[in-house]
Amino acid sequence: MVEEIGTTDEGDLIINIGPQHPATHGVLHLVITLNGETVRKVEPHLGYIHRSIEKMCESLSYRQFIYSTSRMDYLSSHINNHCCAMTVEKGLQLEVPERAAVIRILMDELTRIASHVLWWGAMAMDIGAFTPFFHAFREREMINDIMEETCGARLTMNYMVPGGVQFDLHPNFHRRVKAFVKQLRNKLPEYDELVTHNAIFKSRTKGVGILSKEDAISYGCSGPTARASGVDCDIRKTYPYEGYEKLQFEQAMSTDGDTYSRYLVRMVEMRQSLSIIEQLIDNIPEGDFQAKTKAVLKLPKGEFYSRVETARGEFGVYIVSEGGTTPYRIKFRSPGFSNLSALDHTVRGQKIGDLVAIMGSFDLVIPDIDR
Amino acid sequence: MTNEEIIAALTERKPELVSETGGEWPNFMVAAAEWPGFAAMLRESEDLWFDYLFCLTCVDWKTHLTMVYHLSSTRYRHNIVVKATLDRSAPEIGTVCNIWRTAEFHEREVFEMFGVHFSDHPDLRNLILPDDWVGYPLRKDYDDPVNMIKM
Repeated sequence: MVEEIGTTDEGDLIINIGPQHPATHGVLHLVITLNGETVRKVEPHLGYIHRSIEKMCESLSYRQFIYSTSRMDYLSSHINNHCCAMTVEKGLQLEVPERAAVIRILMDELTRIASHVLWWGAMAMDIGAFTPFFHAFREREMINDIMEETCGARLTMNYMVPGGVQFDLHPNFHRRVKAFVKQLRNKLPEYDELVTHNAIFKSRTKGVGILSKEDAISYGCSGPTARASGVDCDIRKTYPYEGYEKLQFEQAMSTDGDTYSRYLVRMVEMRQSLSIIEQLIDNIPEGDFQAKTKAVLKLPKGEFYSRVETARGEFGVYIVSEGGTTPYRIKFRSPGFSNLSALDHTVRGQKIGDLVAIMGSFDLVIPDIDR
Repeated sequence: MTNEEIIAALTERKPELVSETGGEWPNFMVAAAEWPGFAAMLRESEDLWFDYLFCLTCVDWKTHLTMVYHLSSTRYRHNIVVKATLDRSAPEIGTVCNIWRTAEFHEREVFEMFGVHFSDHPDLRNLILPDDWVGYPLRKDYDDPVNMIKM
């Protein structure tokens, strides 16, 4: 499976990046064929963190399996849980109380911001700027504290359950979210000053790693990676769920398809998420935070599919039910897996130094790819 | 197009097509041998334009395997599910990675997890599992006494 370090017949050099390398943000292994400094081919080798979650879920109940999905894209754990809960609700034909739906959106958007903030720091670090990473963690810490109070966890939340959410909001939630929104609104111009308008950052990313619109669709790309190439694929807009259709926000889009536009799309998305939070935080309806459900959930025979927009793109859950208490087959459509398939095409002909920048702009989370 | 319009448009072109309703999206069963041609038609037809393959997977029904393709159109926003039944002892179906390039990775995953052979696939090797792995882990009769915990 692993190619030895060596040269090809044409004199190209084969090198390995990873599985343990800071630039791959996890245990991703890339076998790269290089001609001088130019990348000829990139071949990902996966499986270093494969836990076969799909197989495990076949023996877990419809309440239990949701917990394993927090461990896939751990930066979008709320949104993954949300999608699973939605699929089970589809099967049970269960209505979620209004309060629960609003809490879910609030949590999703906070997660999206936390994920994008972390990505922003990591992306700058990939390019060689170390300071932004600390700025990013300052803001991310505030979100983690908010999550900890309400969900009891900072990373793998397991907060969304079929029928609503597990607990009601913590009394401090409203005040803390308000403070966070104010803080990030103040700091975003600082982010722009540090990185967005930075001449070195621009020259490292503008025109680098261009992915065309047609290729982005053909490779099944989604999320900011595809939207930077001009594909309007935000599931929150195209196939709205949980009341996103009632909210005012724009799809962050660009048409250049290069690393810099993938960067810009996420910067715009952070502001959009802040605006969604501002629309909802003072209008959380009163009422139940969870619908009444049976202790043991049984889905009718059939197939159920839900799709949501995570911080990385389209996440889908496909459940095949035989009518029992556990799924017969479950498939997680993870955004990272499809986005990674476009990596080879995007970096061909680029320099090896740009590979790290391009990979950073794809925002890969490896447990999400391996599952 | 609505679900009914898609079913009408497709049965007009292929009257022998078996469609299922009741689910969220129209379901179609195709013969494995016809799949690549049918896929090209779905992708190229101006009124259908299924250019986005968002999910490709397989289900082991113990007696046979079923390939499941979820397609969507970025132009019209309609969705469709296409299924093909495969023989469990020697499953084989044509690749669609020349039509939707994302299929290359997804088919490699199905190949190693279910043992489905995709004819004409340019690079059909294990993607996630090591090369010397024996068996197809996502099949229902797969047993691994060392790594699997039974509940």
